[in-house]
Amino acid sequence: MAVDAVDLEVPAGSVYGFLGPNGSGKTTTIRMLLGLIAPTSGEVELLGEPMPKAHLRVLPRVGALVEGPAFYPFWTGQANLLRFDAADRTADPKTRKARAGEALERVGLSNAAGKKVRAYSLGMRQRLAIAVALMQRRELLVLDEPTNGLDPQGTREVRHLIRDLASDGTTVFTSTHLLAEVEQVCTHAAIMNRGKLLRQSTVADLRAELRPRLVVRTPDLGAAADTLQGLGVTELKTTEETVEGDPGELPIEKFAAALVAADVRIHGFGLERPSLEDTFVALTGEGFDVAE
Amino acid sequence: MSPSEATAEVTEVTEVRPSAGRHAVALFISELRLVFGRARTQVGLGVLAAVPLLIGIAIKLSGNDGGTEGFIGQVAGNGLFLIVASLGLSLPFFLPTAVTVISGESLAGEASLGTLRNLLTAPAGRSRLLAAKMVALTVFCLVATMTIWVSGLIVGFILFPVGDVLLLSGSTVSLGEGLLRALVIAVVISLSLLGLAAIGLFVSSLTSTPLAAMAATFGTFIVLGIMTAIPQLHAIHPWLLMYRWQSFADVLRDPPYWHDIGRNLLLQAGYVAVFYTAAWARITSRDIT
Repeated sequence: MAVDAVDLEVPAGSVYGFLGPNGSGKTTTIRMLLGLIAPTSGEVELLGEPMPKAHLRVLPRVGALVEGPAFYPFWTGQANLLRFDAADRTADPKTRKARAGEALERVGLSNAAGKKVRAYSLGMRQRLAIAVALMQRRELLVLDEPTNGLDPQGTREVRHLIRDLASDGTTVFTSTHLLAEVEQVCTHAAIMNRGKLLRQSTVADLRAELRPRLVVRTPDLGAAADTLQGLGVTELKTTEETVEGDPGELPIEKFAAALVAADVRIHGFGLERPSLEDTFVALTGEGFDVAE
Repeated sequence: MSPSEATAEVTEVTEVRPSAGRHAVALFISELRLVFGRARTQVGLGVLAAVPLLIGIAIKLSGNDGGTEGFIGQVAGNGLFLIVASLGLSLPFFLPTAVTVISGESLAGEASLGTLRNLLTAPAGRSRLLAAKMVALTVFCLVATMTIWVSGLIVGFILFPVGDVLLLSGSTVSLGEGLLRALVIAVVISLSLLGLAAIGLFVSSLTSTPLAAMAATFGTFIVLGIMTAIPQLHAIHPWLLMYRWQSFADVLRDPPYWHDIGRNLLLQAGYVAVFYTAAWARITSRDIT
């Protein structure tokens, strides 16, 4: 079983990060949403309409990039855009060329429009694939790993593009395993593992799932640990240079004062907010135990 | 790993894009561009165009003046027969090879490039995409035989004398009518290829490897050809794809004898119906990855 009872609630206008380790069923879910594959049982709904039954009605409202860019290598970037647009019978042929030009400009490929895709780098293909989704105004963009294969500049550009699109009112649904991406761009996120949806909520709420940790950097590890324990800090953990733990409800300055009073030399002191990565790892497990 | 028990749902409320007009033809035009814009198609058509040239030069150099049987023997006397001879000689091998390559590529090529999922999410609609593929194949068959017709006309008129046309029945018709009858032959031959095109389309819907689709289609063609040549199988001969392919020559009788041509075209229509339906059943239920 690849995917089991996944119910994603993507608010209009949100940027929705769809997270999960490799093999967790993200792409399978996206393929089902877009009607490329059929579930063995159950129903799929997209924008309130049944899929794949209503795909001719729904999919023109959705721009999609599924599982990597795919093009005719012997055609130019522009010719590729024109073909995929021609496949959509709701697309107006009169404005096709102009729309292709705009889409290419938006992803920064205007100069490469007349080059054969064979000569494109992976990053250029990735951007061309996004251009396909941008050929028309969409209500929803489904982008499967949109920054895959992009260099840091390209990644930044895609991030800006996603923000731009979202501010225009387009809902963006993007799958990724780059958590830093999600923290920077997404308003909402869902985490999948082994075909099941573990969590979905706003990114802020997901991060708040883990309590912040108190981290003290000091050479006097033993004394620091004792002091903190005395103040009721739980889950104490000592590393080579730090002592850390869950501070509970006490205000943070109390700990500083107590440590100084106990003559603990302090090199660093503070609360560390858990990152999305910590939440992610807490939910999906460490290491390489990828879903089988 | 099979997806199961899925109730994936994305809900949102936004205004609906004003419904644009229907522009269903665009995909068909784009499909023709895809087939005829490819270098391999153009080279293939170039090879077909070279067939009359090779035959014409061979006859010219050998100084043959009627010692050979059939249409070839008549070319030296009347250049128009170069069209008919070239079409007839291309039918058993060159034309089926070309049809095999183009039809085997049709769906498997899109699947191997991954462009199939772009087309389907566009959305092209699976049935409509299949229809566009079949239409493009039909146009290809017509263009392929017309290429030979045009090339045969040019080479025949340059290398040989032309004039009134002696029909198989012994009567004579004008050059104009002779050209028209050669044109009918070209159309009949292109329609004769549609059964094979449908087989290729079906095989192509089964796989994501275009070469495998081409090989399997050509293998099927060879097997059917061998079966047609085995006398012990005469009971099923009328049902075999190429059994009445040679009936095109009946166009050159006076009046044209349509019976066998009609049977042939009916058989082709049957092959198209069966294999197009099979391809449809396959493509509309296939998981596209």
